[in-house]
Amino acid sequence: MSYVPSTAEQRQEMLKTVGVQDYRGLYRDVPQQMLLDGLDIPEGMSELAVTRAMTAMAAKNTLFQTILRGAGAYDHYIPAVVKTVPAKEEFLTAYTPYQAEMSQGVLQSIFEYQTMICELTGMEVGNASVYDGATAAAEAAAMCRDRKRRVTLISGAAHPDVINTVRTYCYGTGDELKVVPAKDGKTDADALGSMLDEGVASFIVQQPNFFGQLEDVEALGKLAHDAGAMYVMSCNPISLGILKTPRECGADVAVGEGQPLGMPIGFGGPYLGFMATTEKYMRKLPGRIVGETVDSKGERAYVLSLQAREQHIRREKASSNICSNEALCALTASVYLAAMGPDGLAEAARQSMAKAHYLCKQLTALPGVELVYTGEFFHEFVTKLPKQDEVLAALEKAGILGGLPVKEGVLWCATEKADKAALDKAVEIVKEVLAK
Amino acid sequence: MNTPTDLKYSKSHEWLRMEGDVAVIGISDFAQSELGDVVFVNLPAEGDTTTAGEPFGDVESVKAVSDLVSPVSGTVCAINEELLDAPEKINEDPYGAWMIKVNGIGDTEELLDAADYEKHCEEEKG
Amino acid sequence: MKLIFEKSVAGRHCDLLPRCDVEYVEVPKGFAREKAPALPELSEVDVTRHYTELDHRVHGVNCGFYPLGSCTMKYNPRIDEEMAALPGFAGVHPLAPKDAVKGCREVLDTAAKYLCEITGMDGMTFQPAAGAHGEFTGVLLIKQYHDKRGDKKRTKIIVPDSAHGTNPATAAMCGYQVVNIPSAPNGCVDLEALKAVLGDDTAGLMLTNPNTVGIFDENILEITKLVHEAGGLCYYDGANLNAIMGVVRPGDMGFDCIHMNLHKTFATPHGGGGPGACAVGCKEFLREFLPASALMQGEGHLQVRAFAGNFLVVVRALTYLLTLGREGVPEAAQNAVLNANYLMQKIKGTFEPAFDRICMHEFVLDLSEFKKETGVSALDVAKSLIDYGMHPPTMYFPMIVHEALMLEPTETESKETLDWAAEVYRKLYELGKTDPQYMHDAPHHAQIGRPDEVRAARQPVLRWKKPE
Repeated sequence: MSYVPSTAEQRQEMLKTVGVQDYRGLYRDVPQQMLLDGLDIPEGMSELAVTRAMTAMAAKNTLFQTILRGAGAYDHYIPAVVKTVPAKEEFLTAYTPYQAEMSQGVLQSIFEYQTMICELTGMEVGNASVYDGATAAAEAAAMCRDRKRRVTLISGAAHPDVINTVRTYCYGTGDELKVVPAKDGKTDADALGSMLDEGVASFIVQQPNFFGQLEDVEALGKLAHDAGAMYVMSCNPISLGILKTPRECGADVAVGEGQPLGMPIGFGGPYLGFMATTEKYMRKLPGRIVGETVDSKGERAYVLSLQAREQHIRREKASSNICSNEALCALTASVYLAAMGPDGLAEAARQSMAKAHYLCKQLTALPGVELVYTGEFFHEFVTKLPKQDEVLAALEKAGILGGLPVKEGVLWCATEKADKAALDKAVEIVKEVLAK
Repeated sequence: MNTPTDLKYSKSHEWLRMEGDVAVIGISDFAQSELGDVVFVNLPAEGDTTTAGEPFGDVESVKAVSDLVSPVSGTVCAINEELLDAPEKINEDPYGAWMIKVNGIGDTEELLDAADYEKHCEEEKG
Repeated sequence: MKLIFEKSVAGRHCDLLPRCDVEYVEVPKGFAREKAPALPELSEVDVTRHYTELDHRVHGVNCGFYPLGSCTMKYNPRIDEEMAALPGFAGVHPLAPKDAVKGCREVLDTAAKYLCEITGMDGMTFQPAAGAHGEFTGVLLIKQYHDKRGDKKRTKIIVPDSAHGTNPATAAMCGYQVVNIPSAPNGCVDLEALKAVLGDDTAGLMLTNPNTVGIFDENILEITKLVHEAGGLCYYDGANLNAIMGVVRPGDMGFDCIHMNLHKTFATPHGGGGPGACAVGCKEFLREFLPASALMQGEGHLQVRAFAGNFLVVVRALTYLLTLGREGVPEAAQNAVLNANYLMQKIKGTFEPAFDRICMHEFVLDLSEFKKETGVSALDVAKSLIDYGMHPPTMYFPMIVHEALMLEPTETESKETLDWAAEVYRKLYELGKTDPQYMHDAPHHAQIGRPDEVRAARQPVLRWKKPE
């Protein structure tokens, strides 16, 4: 099965039109000793057989009823309409909207997405998205560099994968990345102050940070700006339903992982990197951007715009090689935000925060379970957990994915998806194991 | 093609006019017509230095971008900020739409007069 | 049509969440946002209808012919979507314990094994999210290799002038100086030009084969040998793998690493620009440099994004691979090549191919003579095709052909579709001679007329703003 519709007779007829005897004739430029004599992979399968094979693989994974683990992948409720819209065959199977005259649907949806991201972040310009939150941070670091300022600083309380991705991009261009140490679960402002100098292009902070703590983002931003560096905030988009916007906190660039906006955790992807900035830095923003214009009849229309920033025109002078985006994920986020509305988004944020605080209170009431960092938090927190492996194993057995073991203890997360009964059940199991 | 005879030209299509010790630089009519509708121009900041034969900025049309090459070495003493908001001026009046002014001039590229520059353009067009 | 924000009615909403069953906590002082975001306020039916209206203004490959050269717009099987939506895949946390993710590991390992076999590579990562991202990953393998050997003088990456813009941009992102070499008249690598730039400063060569004009470079073994002799490595840009999968392997051509676009060759949907997914393969000696997630696998490796990549896209690609299997993989490639050659033959005699010879999975038409004769440009022809409900081919690429239109029909188009397409091209060829103005004004029956791109770039409007 290869989805080739032509029949055997038609293929013969076509070969004849082309003027070759058989398929080998089509590959006459290939040195003949290189031609393969068959692949060592299994025979093809029917649709039913392949369904069985894939379903069997999926069945080898454990599905947890309750997920109390986040750390960059957040299990929020996904409304039904958020699943059906991006599954529509037109949205699903279109290419990048190069031909505006037959792609207004994709272009308008991206324009609306850009607007929503600007609304969430308080920014003026957003792009059509990048691969994920980690690459968004790395792209932000690149867009902040100029000839004189090359060094990037990132908070040590940011997600380890984000730090490592930014480090990788910096390794590529040969630029320096310095990690600002964390103190008590937050960026050490004193250390940041001493690391900022005239070679620093930008400072990247994550809000809420990897440990769930709310950083004092305004003060950190002021430090960066006072040293002439740009300020990049990596944010959880659900939290932006209630938390101060990056713009209100002084950020020049806002980035983040858009997965919580209606995308399944899906073993890590596809996710969505969002990026927005102020009008001042509009032309430094990488990636696709959709703009409004008019058509030949004067009607409102949308196009891919500001393309002269991009690799297909600038080639080796482009600041990024990115040429795609995560359009379908951006669409998913848009439908999610449209379905939730301002109140629904705020409610998801408030409930996530409430559940996490409830879980924290219940857990830390147990003997030996102590909060490691005592600052304000959103929906994640770290505790010491006696008999850690045993407790987590007991939770898993009960269909609950507990917090993530990290160096400092266990990093817990709760969202609106867990109801009180599920949280109580988890706490009960922890209690039982600890009492043993 | 409009090629005023009181200007000097570089092979990379910039024009230069001396106003005392200051070099005024823009792009030629030929250059703007080859580029098509200019949509944005990246200019240096005042106080930046330029090097003869090296880019000082670039100019964007919808589907292309071209380096702006400085015919002289020196220090940028003024930029035409009007172009940042109204890049179409480069198409409408390429010789009025100066881009930068440079003082403290050191090296200068070999420049062409109007007649030689027109010949150069003819050759480039083939 | 209206923007979603213009349909918003204050106070309207969808009921999606239950009432909170634990006590709310106050947002700490100084952390709360001042004003709610101006998201639309809509009922569910408003949302559904808005996006259905938008969806009707989109052309996907599953809706009609989409011969976009170098993009491999093949049919996206529905079963692949169903498998990716299985809760057993979609609901798995990337940081769940190893025992709980055995199925995901099996997906990745199986896909890696089959793709290694197809490409002749020894190691594979799925972390990169797209083709350009895979190029970045691949060139980083080359960089780490030279760095580990302390070979600091290798500062240059060689790229043919026919290459996709991502190649030079990628090399620059990896800190390399880009050396562009001109193509030979047949569009292939000019061996003399290559020899002239090779030296002990050569880090590597980035090459697409078949190349961007759809021709398999018959000197490929010589090319990779020359690069290796100079101490450089060879990077295979897998953009055109659909022409040769199961027929000949990049590993056997002498390439050291490769990227594959799962969203092209392995039929996963493009989604209007993404998400794609990319597999980067390498020979054994580069395996130690493959990226890994700091959180999943521990520190010490480079990584190009969080976690393990676009996993659910890999699920789709594996479903496709299992469906095709041993016979289906080369069958797809052979018919992709057959379809391209057939369509080229049918169009020939009107618009002329830039290279009149057997092509691989795509071919380039050169309309410069036609334009001289009629004034009708490649752009005009492209826009006229839209009136027939057919997606235009890639325009003005590669840059080494003027007035280029690049067609890649793929294997999933029937002879009937190709015959119809050729007929439309013939009609437009005639129309260009009789009524060029009509074509300058095309499209006539599309969603919009030609948009004013100059205005879009000069006065950027990049978001909607709530009226004051």
